[in-house]
Amino acid sequence: MTSAASPSSDVKLSCRNIWKIYGPDPNQYFTNRNGNIGSDEDASKHAAVIRDADHIVASANVSFDVHVGEIFVIMGLSGSGKSTMVRCLSRLVEPTAGEILLDGSNLLDINKEELIEFRRHKMGMVFQNFGLMPHLNVVDNIAFPLELQGMGQDERRKQAQEVIELVGLEGRESSFPSQLSGGQQQRVGIARSLVVKPELWFLDEPFSALDPLIRKQMQDEFLRLQRELHKSIVFITHDFMEALRVADRMAIMRDGEVVQIGRPVDLILNPADSYVREFTNDVPWELVLTAGDIADTSRKRAKGMGQISKNTNVATLLPYLADHEAGVVVLDENDKDLGVVNARNVVAALASGVMDPAQVTE
Amino acid sequence: MSKSSHLPYWIALLIVTLILHFFPGPFSALVKYPDSLVLGLTDPMNDAMRWFVDLFGPLFKAIGWLLEWPIKLAQWVLALLPWSVTCVIFMALAYAASGWRLALFALISLLYMACIGYWPQSMNSLAIVLISVPMAIGVGFAFGVWGFRSARAKRLIMPLLDLLQTIPAFAYLLPILILFGFGTTVGLVSSILYAFPPMVRNTILGLSSVSPTLIEAGEISGANDRQLFWKVRMPAARNQLLLGVNQTTMASLSMVIIASIIGGTNDIGWEVLSTMRKAQFGESLLAGFVIALMAMLLDRISYGFATQDRRQLSAGSKPKLPHYVAAAVVILWLLSLVIPFLAVWPEALVIDPAPAMNLALENFILNWRIALETIKNSAFFFLMLPVKIGLSQAVSPFTWGFALTPILVAIYAAICLAAAAWLYLSRKAGAAVALLIFAAFAYISLTNIPWIALLALFVLLSYQTSGTNLAIGTALGLGFLLVAGVWPQSVLSLYLCGVAVLISFSLGTLIGIWAAGSALVSSIVRPIIDTLQTMPLFVILIPFVMIFKIGEFTALLAIIAYAIVPAIRYTEHGLRNLPADIIESATTLGCTQRQLLMKVKLPLALPAIMLGLNQTVIYGIGMLVITALVGTNGLGQRIYIGLGDGDFGVGMTAGIGMAIIAIIADRITQSVSLKRQQKLGLKMDIL
Ligand SMILES: Nc1ncnc2c1ncn2[C@@H]1O[C@H](COP(=O)(O)OP(=O)(O)OP(=O)(O)O)[C@@H](O)[C@H]1O
Ligand SMILES: [Mg+2]
Repeated sequence: MTSAASPSSDVKLSCRNIWKIYGPDPNQYFTNRNGNIGSDEDASKHAAVIRDADHIVASANVSFDVHVGEIFVIMGLSGSGKSTMVRCLSRLVEPTAGEILLDGSNLLDINKEELIEFRRHKMGMVFQNFGLMPHLNVVDNIAFPLELQGMGQDERRKQAQEVIELVGLEGRESSFPSQLSGGQQQRVGIARSLVVKPELWFLDEPFSALDPLIRKQMQDEFLRLQRELHKSIVFITHDFMEALRVADRMAIMRDGEVVQIGRPVDLILNPADSYVREFTNDVPWELVLTAGDIADTSRKRAKGMGQISKNTNVATLLPYLADHEAGVVVLDENDKDLGVVNARNVVAALASGVMDPAQVTE
Repeated sequence: MSKSSHLPYWIALLIVTLILHFFPGPFSALVKYPDSLVLGLTDPMNDAMRWFVDLFGPLFKAIGWLLEWPIKLAQWVLALLPWSVTCVIFMALAYAASGWRLALFALISLLYMACIGYWPQSMNSLAIVLISVPMAIGVGFAFGVWGFRSARAKRLIMPLLDLLQTIPAFAYLLPILILFGFGTTVGLVSSILYAFPPMVRNTILGLSSVSPTLIEAGEISGANDRQLFWKVRMPAARNQLLLGVNQTTMASLSMVIIASIIGGTNDIGWEVLSTMRKAQFGESLLAGFVIALMAMLLDRISYGFATQDRRQLSAGSKPKLPHYVAAAVVILWLLSLVIPFLAVWPEALVIDPAPAMNLALENFILNWRIALETIKNSAFFFLMLPVKIGLSQAVSPFTWGFALTPILVAIYAAICLAAAAWLYLSRKAGAAVALLIFAAFAYISLTNIPWIALLALFVLLSYQTSGTNLAIGTALGLGFLLVAGVWPQSVLSLYLCGVAVLISFSLGTLIGIWAAGSALVSSIVRPIIDTLQTMPLFVILIPFVMIFKIGEFTALLAIIAYAIVPAIRYTEHGLRNLPADIIESATTLGCTQRQLLMKVKLPLALPAIMLGLNQTVIYGIGMLVITALVGTNGLGQRIYIGLGDGDFGVGMTAGIGMAIIAIIADRITQSVSLKRQQKLGLKMDIL
């Protein structure tokens, strides 16, 4: 497990050494409730031992932090334990061992009433198969969490109306789930998860059941919502491209273990092993790599060079570089000079996936 | 399912059967079960019951007294309500459940009840149903929730339901009659007991098939346990629960009608029965028609609610309906105070077509006597008698026109052996042995076959279809029949039911195949079998008993009419719901329609068809008991006698015997279907 640079904001949710074992007697494997087995290697060995004893290891020693306002993506193949992980975070599934710290206090210590209170106010979740109440219309589905809190009908409908506008479902208020398309149903699911104004927002493969075109559109809307709302998000997907689009940082899981955590570009440029590289192979890098990722700090700017923001992706940059042999200066948000990029850097980075252009022999 | 591995056992069975039959010698105890080995179970059972009644009788009497009040209340209310008001209420219900057409049907049905002069009797029966349905639903729902919550409770409840649903309806009445004494409570209690199991099943099924995502969504939304149950699980299971209500309602009505057999109640079931006994078939048919209408109406209304789309429900399409109905009720009630016609249907307007019908029937029977007799006699001589007493006795100059000389017997044996040899040579050894066993049984007959051979036949069949467990179960069950001394009656029941089931199944399968191939046939057959299925059992008896009088032939026809329903339904369903890709690929391979049916569709539909056989058997047994009313011999008759004499032991041993036969037949046929399903990788459910 390699760790990577984290954003500067505070940690909202932190999970430490989470284990989830299914089987006849999972508890026998843990003397220590905090799930700390030792080094990553020790943990892997421990997981292997448990597996050999005919238990299913759905999560093994998973640790990561989610920062305030961050979109943290968990990515992995089917059965790798993504859903289990996010269900542990919401305690829909009780972890066998480990700690989940929310704003510094352990979520696993609170009792049932507190948990219900917590879910009613701090947490929202979106499901792959929507999970809409078939007997309630759109408004009442969205207002359902408020109804459970005992809020009066007028008040909760009013609040539901606000999120309905947020997700663009105006006019469908009195439709029933069976009358809506998949995309519209998921909008209802999203609205329902937002109606309690949660701080934590969990999405378990929210767009996997949708057509590719609708999926793209929903991803855009999701990003737009997040720009407005600044939630702390755990987003599950098995689609690497989706992960790249939405993630601030992401974790890749295999057989219940986290293989690598980092920014998308870190994973692309420095895959931890062949499993991660498998995903990155098909990635259209020119869309993912930005000028900032490949800026060559060792070169100095020359007179007459153009300037460009560090977020410009390589695909946009290449035609320009083709005509400008010397390259272009890369600037960050504060117009600070990050270095220079020329066509040669770009080609080298695309071809080798090596981040440091200085290693490219000329 | 290869017979070959079990073949030696079957051959042994054949040989032993023949030896025992022709040379019983010292083994006569194996041919006819010796009386000395029959345990007198009836006396101890009666003693135990007496002891129980002595001990708890007052308690049950008290409960019965309590239960009488709601019935009296309901009957009083329904009697008080002007018929016009009742009509409006039912029409409104029908409209809310389904629409105008059903409302119209409700109106016509209720008008029929009024103008045929059976209004009070109809309302009395309805009152018991109205009281028993909520109680059965309450009991069923409670058990259902319990079974859903606790796996252990479910393991306890399920076999109990199996038992309750296989014990023939008649047999319920006896202990209840003894405990509660004569009166309307017997109908109520027995109908609750008979009607609550489907509610339990549907409750468990509905609650546990709510999608896990929905539950998680509820939890995440912050639902506590109570909210999770009432606001998520219950609404999501609504339709399944209402389907339970529908089935419970139908079972309740059916039992209320059956319960009127104990008499003393002024209800519509009693009307049918007493007129039937007096051979007033016109009256009996008219009253039976009331029951039929009531059954269809209750079924359509409750089914309408169960399958209703939620959109219609809450989209507010009929928000004003309750107001209109309330207004109509009040107005009609007030009007009926001034216009007596609206309150009580006037005597003068009662139509009585019964005498005319009786006359017409007499004429019909007179005119067609020869044809009817021919039908009846040929069925009797060439089918029923041979099965019952064997070719050896059934063939006589009087019946078949010639005597069964030793030469003929030899020819019969030779033909059978030749056919078997031919089958054997075409590598169908199993079929050869089956043919020989069948031939031997046909010659000797069910009633004359050595008991040990019949027992061995069923044990072997159980062993082959399912395995050791069922074989042991079958041996024990049949052992009980022997020891309890009801073997001869059981064999008689087996004979009648067996013949009926064979005919129903063959005929039903053919009709099902036909209906699967033709939309027209299907659209004609469907409503008929739907109606037959909702009919309380003894209504089905009426037309047959009218034409053929009492007797086994009438019973046979009635059983066939009822048991043919699942055979048709499952065959058609099985053939119509095959995987489309298989049919397409077979068609592209160049199958003709005929080949498609014989080589692709039928083999694939076999599990469904076998499940149809299973249900045919169950339906057949259900009807068999009722046919005791038209004078059949066998277990049904003993239950009936027990009921008449209040003899708990006699009735109960027969009732248990019937349940045993039903369970064995159910398990054997079900495991055949299961095996086919597993082999084909298909899954079938009871429709
Ligand atoms: N209740 C359970 N009992 C036993 N095993 C379970 C249970 N729930 C999950 N598992 C197992 O845990 C493993 C991880 O499952 P999980 O649903 O978390 O995978 P996933 O990554 O979400 O897969 P998918 O992409 O298919 O949703 C799987 O091997 C699964 O079979
Ligand atoms: Mg998942």
